Amino acid sequence: MSQLFNRGVLAGTVLVLAGALSTVVAEPVTQINGAGATFPYPIYAKWAERYAQDKGVKLNYQSIGSGGGIQQIKAKTVDFGASDAPLKPEELDASGLMQFPMVMGGVVPVINVPGIKTGELKLPAELLADIYLGKIKKWNDAAITKANPGVKLPALDITVVHRSDGSGTTWIYTNYLTKVSKQWAEKVGNNNAVAWPTGVGGKGNEGVASYVSRIKGAIGYVEYAYALQNKISYALLQNHAGHFVKPDSASFQAAAANADWAHAPGFFMVLTDQPGKDSWPITGATFILVYKNQAKPDAGREVLKFFDWSYHHGGEMAEKLDYIPMPANVIKLVESTWQQDIKDSAGKNVWESAMVQ
Amino acid sequence: MVDGIFRFLTRAAAGLTFLIVMGVLLALALGAYPALHKFGIGFISSSQWNPVTQEFGAAPAIVGTLITSFLALLLAVPLSFGITVFINELTPPWLKRPAAIAIELLAAIPSIIYGMWGLFVFAPWFAEHAQPWLTEHSAGWPLLGMLFDGPPMGIGMFSAGLILAIMITPFITAIWREVFALVPAVLKESAYGLGATTWEVIWKVVLPYTRAGVIGGIMLGLGRALGETMAVTFVIGNAHDISPSLFMPGATISSTLANEFTEAVGDMYLSSLFAIGLILFIITFIVLGAARLLLSRLRAKSLQSAAA
Repeated sequence: MSQLFNRGVLAGTVLVLAGALSTVVAEPVTQINGAGATFPYPIYAKWAERYAQDKGVKLNYQSIGSGGGIQQIKAKTVDFGASDAPLKPEELDASGLMQFPMVMGGVVPVINVPGIKTGELKLPAELLADIYLGKIKKWNDAAITKANPGVKLPALDITVVHRSDGSGTTWIYTNYLTKVSKQWAEKVGNNNAVAWPTGVGGKGNEGVASYVSRIKGAIGYVEYAYALQNKISYALLQNHAGHFVKPDSASFQAAAANADWAHAPGFFMVLTDQPGKDSWPITGATFILVYKNQAKPDAGREVLKFFDWSYHHGGEMAEKLDYIPMPANVIKLVESTWQQDIKDSAGKNVWESAMVQ
Repeated sequence: MVDGIFRFLTRAAAGLTFLIVMGVLLALALGAYPALHKFGIGFISSSQWNPVTQEFGAAPAIVGTLITSFLALLLAVPLSFGITVFINELTPPWLKRPAAIAIELLAAIPSIIYGMWGLFVFAPWFAEHAQPWLTEHSAGWPLLGMLFDGPPMGIGMFSAGLILAIMITPFITAIWREVFALVPAVLKESAYGLGATTWEVIWKVVLPYTRAGVIGGIMLGLGRALGETMAVTFVIGNAHDISPSLFMPGATISSTLANEFTEAVGDMYLSSLFAIGLILFIITFIVLGAARLLLSRLRAKSLQSAAA
């Protein structure tokens, strides 16, 4: 008995020693670690798969949410963080971080009203806010019928659906509502999560999508890709120029084209309610966060290399997954900012323009 | 020598458990301190939950947790009683094992599966067939009319309570079957011999004999219902409101944590989530403590009556 016990102890000791040894040996950078937003996860995963084939460097991306991504990069447990909402320049400076936009997408209001086909219902800007404020309770409310002459709306209760988890999607959506409705701005405001005046909460885009498709009379908001994949009816929105537009890559690109990135310090740019007659009003970019002062310059360089490769070779993959790639002039701007701002502990540049692949 | 080591190991294991519980409590309390310090005792009674203004109150989550758990017990206890009596006392022998296994299988299903079933199967059916009927027929009744009011969405506090009831029934049943089987056959046979009916035997012989175990089973079920997360998050509707109707959406402490922890930006937000976690810890502690107290009282009483 005691012999058996001793043997067990011996085996355990050997295992512990082996474990200790393996952590001592340093490894070259073959993997970069990131964490954050769930919205761009599908395209980051796609890029990572192709990049690993081409360059042999793996990306380990944990899609734990924008808030989690910001916390992880601040705790320095990852090489980069990812967030759907841009950080304010003051907040970036306070933590020594820089951010850059990686890819864009649109948020779409989806509805489930019997008898109403996709793209048939028009929602003037303030009407959407009034529905989410709980001021309009029936689908045949005078305000809705007035905006939709000729459309037969049922006397059905409106069930508002929103996200129950904090989310970059909610940030972009409430940013739009804050811009178009004074009452929304005063009463509720703009954040990853807000105190919703009414409605039910679904977890994640898929949660909202399934609630909307299951509850008759529901209205919700999801990323464009989820509306497409789940074949839920969407509504047309009125943009800043007063036109009713339908959500697709053309209208997202129109919104992005008018954005003035060069004059946005720290790339703090929100693409909601942009001018232009074709612009989709709820468009947003998703951002990457890295340290300006790289304690591990090798890993930092690999991160920049990966995103640079994605900028130049990933556009088509992004479009296939219903994302909008960044325009070429913005990519140039981001690369020159990398060269200027990102240094190692000795003050040397981590990124050189010659590294563009 | 081996005995000494063995004694040490068991002691260390027991001590470790205690340390872990204390560690969790300490971590929760430290994390919760900023929020509790800022909002004070009003944190428990305030129904504000506003991440924009960073003002938080735990009342909706506490109320939601208690209501769904209470509803689950209300439905699960009679159901478990029926199942236990049926399997232990009334089934023909050939059905006994299959019926028992079927109930035990229910306990083995992961909670997320219950959540998916609730959202995709139960909620649409409930909204289509049961909810309109309930709302219509309860209208005008004093309390029921208020409880069953609201649009037929299929999700809400009622659905959450019902799913919880299905989840805790096998746990309660499993314990009750064990304790019912402990009743000496002599006692039951004597009662039957005196001409007692099955109901009288269960009510007057089996239940008094197994009181402690029966309450223990209920408390175990309640403990699980209080902490259940994913299944509830799927069907409760996740709104920080206190509404009188069970058909309206609500939130529980654990569903709030599951939903909001990853994206909680801001110190006060995160600290408030820690604070409601601490409150859940305390509620569970009180429930278990009360169960313990009740059991020891009952035991003392039965000892007394045995002595007399």
